[in-house]
Amino acid sequence: MLETFLFFLFAIVAVVGALGMLIARNPVSSALWMIMTLFSIACLYITLNAEFIGVIQVLVYAGAIMVLFLFVIMLLNLESMPSLGDLDWRKVVAFALGIAVLAQLLVVISLKLDVMPEPVAIAEAADATSATNIGIALLTEHSFSLEIIGVLLLAATVGAVMLAKKRFV
Amino acid sequence: MATLQAIWEFIDLPLVIFGMLNGFLITASLLVYAERKVSAYIQERNGPDRVGPVGLLQPFADVFKLIFKEDIVPTKATGFIHSLAPTLMVIIAMSTGAVIPWARTPSGEALAVADVGVSLLVVLAMTSISVYGVTLAGWSSNSKYSLLGGLRSSAQMISYELAMGAAAISVVVMAQSLNLFHIVENQNHAEFGILSWNIFRNPIGFIVFAVCALAETNRAPFDLPEAEQELVGGYHTEYSGMKFGMFFLAEYVNLWVAGIFISTMFLGGYLLPWEGLYSGWFLENGLGGLFTFLQVLCFLAKVAFIAFCFIWIRWTIPRFKYNQLMNLGWKYLLPISIANIMLIALIVVVFNQFGWA
Repeated sequence: MLETFLFFLFAIVAVVGALGMLIARNPVSSALWMIMTLFSIACLYITLNAEFIGVIQVLVYAGAIMVLFLFVIMLLNLESMPSLGDLDWRKVVAFALGIAVLAQLLVVISLKLDVMPEPVAIAEAADATSATNIGIALLTEHSFSLEIIGVLLLAATVGAVMLAKKRFV
Repeated sequence: MATLQAIWEFIDLPLVIFGMLNGFLITASLLVYAERKVSAYIQERNGPDRVGPVGLLQPFADVFKLIFKEDIVPTKATGFIHSLAPTLMVIIAMSTGAVIPWARTPSGEALAVADVGVSLLVVLAMTSISVYGVTLAGWSSNSKYSLLGGLRSSAQMISYELAMGAAAISVVVMAQSLNLFHIVENQNHAEFGILSWNIFRNPIGFIVFAVCALAETNRAPFDLPEAEQELVGGYHTEYSGMKFGMFFLAEYVNLWVAGIFISTMFLGGYLLPWEGLYSGWFLENGLGGLFTFLQVLCFLAKVAFIAFCFIWIRWTIPRFKYNQLMNLGWKYLLPISIANIMLIALIVVVFNQFGWA
């Protein structure tokens, strides 16, 4: 009961945060709204008994990636965006309605094709998302993808260093 | 009686949390006093001795001064975020205590507010979030000195977080668990006593972790955030009154939390020295509660010792320059701690292979 209540509470907070990110005109406020969304998503994971993934979400996304975002935004000292009054509201409404139609279509198609995921029992979900099981799955079943990602990240790091050197030396 | 029982069951956890938060607050003020006294003795002075017996009430006088000071917000500051930043720092510093195992209950469970499965990661996540307090404080003040100070100290915290996380991984590899209670229990071997604490089994990890924890608390020799002589302070330059007091409070709570974290990970947490030899005697004579209490005291003593060492270091070692700080973090501590993970993993594999563990 409490878990259901918290789930919907944090779901609403996540959506509000996402909207706030779009509406906020100052880049730093936008980033803060996004941090709120990422936090509520972490809370959603925890209400769904995926403790490990929830904490990792905070550690990686809210804690590391968004700090770097904030850093860059502050260093660039961006101008504020044009105020909301200048927006073409007809386009906004059209976009929202288009997304709504697309979502309905996707639901209908996925129900027809029977590809919607089945709800999983709590104990099973908690077990599948424990650190041990995720580690085992990553290093056995998905070891190839893991190594590919490792190479990709290495390439990105080397590329970043190369770009930085070209600039400043 | 039944209603009393019901009421107690309803309020026992809130009561524990209330007690712990107030304990943190009082500890912070005691640490301020300790810092001033220790620094005084190191510099051959007397330190505070006017307010209350041997000056013990000095920190409370300081707090009163801060509360009654005018709260000045710079004209072009972002008001809400300017207040949010110090609050965030205090909340994060205070909430880390929730997952720390304070002792082992007689029934063999962890005495903690919330014994979650991944408590180590929770603490690391908390530390990584506290960077926001620093960054936002620097930005929202709308002052160049604050902004640069905030960027400087958040860069420092991010850099040292990596090495700290890597040092924590070496402990996780040994304990094979992300739970702080299991990590402490893993250091409990009756036949080796204190030699099975992680500081003796994993000394490199301990040194790296302690240095990083010191840098995370923004204390000397890593106290660039408050280098007022040469860098015009840091992220809290534009703060006054109790908002500045909250940064001050968060700093000392963080010092205490760093001590808690180090002693849980490396000094056997709440374990008494050679407790395997006499813990059975307490349990047989029905004194399990007393034993738990002794463990809490022992834990606090260890943490107090680490806090004393941190204060000692602060008043002994001069401050790093910024480039030295970054060199130490990225070129020495991070490679050393990664190599240490490899070494520890190798040792654990060999021990498991031969069945020595």
